[in-house]
Amino acid sequence: SSALVIAEHGGGSVKNGSISAVAAAAAALGDSSPVTLLVAGSGGAELDAAIQHASSAHPAVSQVLVARSPLLGQPLAEPWAELLVQAQKKGNYSHIFAASSSFGKDVLPRAAALLGVSPITDVTRTIDQHTYIRPIYAGNAMATVRFKGSGPCIVSIRATSFPAVPGLALTGVGHPSIVDFDASSLSSGAIGKSKWIGLSSQQTERPELGAAKIVISGGRGLKSAENFELLEKLADKLGAAVGASRAAVDAGFVPNDMQIGQTGKIVAPELYIAVGISGAIQHLAGIKDSKVIVAINKDRDAPIFQVADYGLAMDLFEALPELVAKVPSKRL
Amino acid sequence: MKVMVAVKRVVDYAVKVRIKADKSGVETSNTKMSMNPFCEIAVEEALRIKEAGRASEVVVVSMGGEQCVETIRTGLAMGADRGLHVITQDSSSLFPLAVAKLLQALVSSEQPRLLLLGKQAIDDDCNQTGQMVAGLLGWPQATFASKVSISDDKESVCVEREVDGGIETIQLQLPAVVTADLRLNTPRYATLPNIMKAKKKSIQRVTPEELNVVIGSDLEVLEVTEPPKRKAGVMVASVDELLDKLKNEARVF
Repeated sequence: SSALVIAEHGGGSVKNGSISAVAAAAAALGDSSPVTLLVAGSGGAELDAAIQHASSAHPAVSQVLVARSPLLGQPLAEPWAELLVQAQKKGNYSHIFAASSSFGKDVLPRAAALLGVSPITDVTRTIDQHTYIRPIYAGNAMATVRFKGSGPCIVSIRATSFPAVPGLALTGVGHPSIVDFDASSLSSGAIGKSKWIGLSSQQTERPELGAAKIVISGGRGLKSAENFELLEKLADKLGAAVGASRAAVDAGFVPNDMQIGQTGKIVAPELYIAVGISGAIQHLAGIKDSKVIVAINKDRDAPIFQVADYGLAMDLFEALPELVAKVPSKRL
Repeated sequence: MKVMVAVKRVVDYAVKVRIKADKSGVETSNTKMSMNPFCEIAVEEALRIKEAGRASEVVVVSMGGEQCVETIRTGLAMGADRGLHVITQDSSSLFPLAVAKLLQALVSSEQPRLLLLGKQAIDDDCNQTGQMVAGLLGWPQATFASKVSISDDKESVCVEREVDGGIETIQLQLPAVVTADLRLNTPRYATLPNIMKAKKKSIQRVTPEELNVVIGSDLEVLEVTEPPKRKAGVMVASVDELLDKLKNEARVF
């Protein structure tokens, strides 16, 4: 068996989620199976830096496959799915893995359909090469799913369930070969029918939600966008990332990319602090795997207290300033 | 321009699901069922496109057993013009690849210029069908849409998408597939007169055989189990006690 793993990259490095996908591939297939990391883009210094990073990103990687094409400069599903189909036809991999990021969710099922197989998305555990566990019903049930098709087994993984840093030193760690893939003939009916216009994002110096050791998030209880500054003060002192419940995003307090939950981001930090969040099922789906959950809410009956390790029934507008004053600063 | 919307009948979002004792799945008998919330958003968007004069007809499609008709009726009561029901014996074996193939067949006979779906169903949480049918059709796709604007000449659609890093904007030539995210719109409630009117609207039944689609699957659900439970925590009385617990018990500080 062998795996092809899609490397998402930005700013010259492979994203942690993709390294988690390598870890998941190694876990499912065993350490001795070859893992090919596919790095693609339109070219340039950033792509070169990402290729370098890919070659040392995880000891399980045996080959870095590089595809250069102006069509691959943007995260559009049509050319990327076609690239996967072509790479699969050439490499005949038994598996294709990717992170269950917004990009992975967009591209992988399309490529699976083109290859005529069912993908298994949002996997949280591998049982064997063809058997995987994934949450259903917003994490209120877990389904064990087996792939019994003959084509490649296509899997997207939830990055928080597969640590990007390998726990054990793998045998046969080598320097992966870097191989060029000819992407000059990417063509299908759909390529060119989609055009990337732009991305508007909030620039922040705080750690990424998916990777942060501490996450503090706010809900409707914060009452306004301005009040999120209270959370940010605490986050800055702790070096934490800031998230939000769907209610806070819907109310317009913060942008959508801060949403944590079933349809937002899934987090699993060492410490999760929920402030003014009631704890709807769909929010809990995004935080369940956090190591320690703290909930601060003045409503003693809020469902969040049923999953919190430590609950503080207190007005957040009193609790937050006191916390800011008393928490140890983690920042240098 | 015709708009087709695919809708799914699922356990209502407010129901706390129960897992069957034999671990074969989730209890759905005697359980409140509704249209998948993301599908409702997709129907609403189709209606708004029609009301803005950009579409002439909205067709709602679903697949599964007899009761799917209720879900299609919900779409008709919201304002869709007619329904298509692909009748299958057992909807639990309908994995996204089969649904995508059925949709592909319906698209080739109906010839819509836009196929709208919800981004995922809240039962299996697969998040696959839209992307898969787009691939099968060779159409461009825009998943996780939070804003959809059809061009004046109805030749393209501009879509804002909710992605990990913020909001992405892409433009697609029509025909295209768009999947709806939460913030695309707020679906309307069906009014009583519209519910009555919907009873007279046509729902055409077709079988997979008539569409030349063989329902099979390369996936098998071996079992469905309870997720691991978090152990119950403790309530603390003050910020000081909280910080003490975090430092000395949880040791996160």
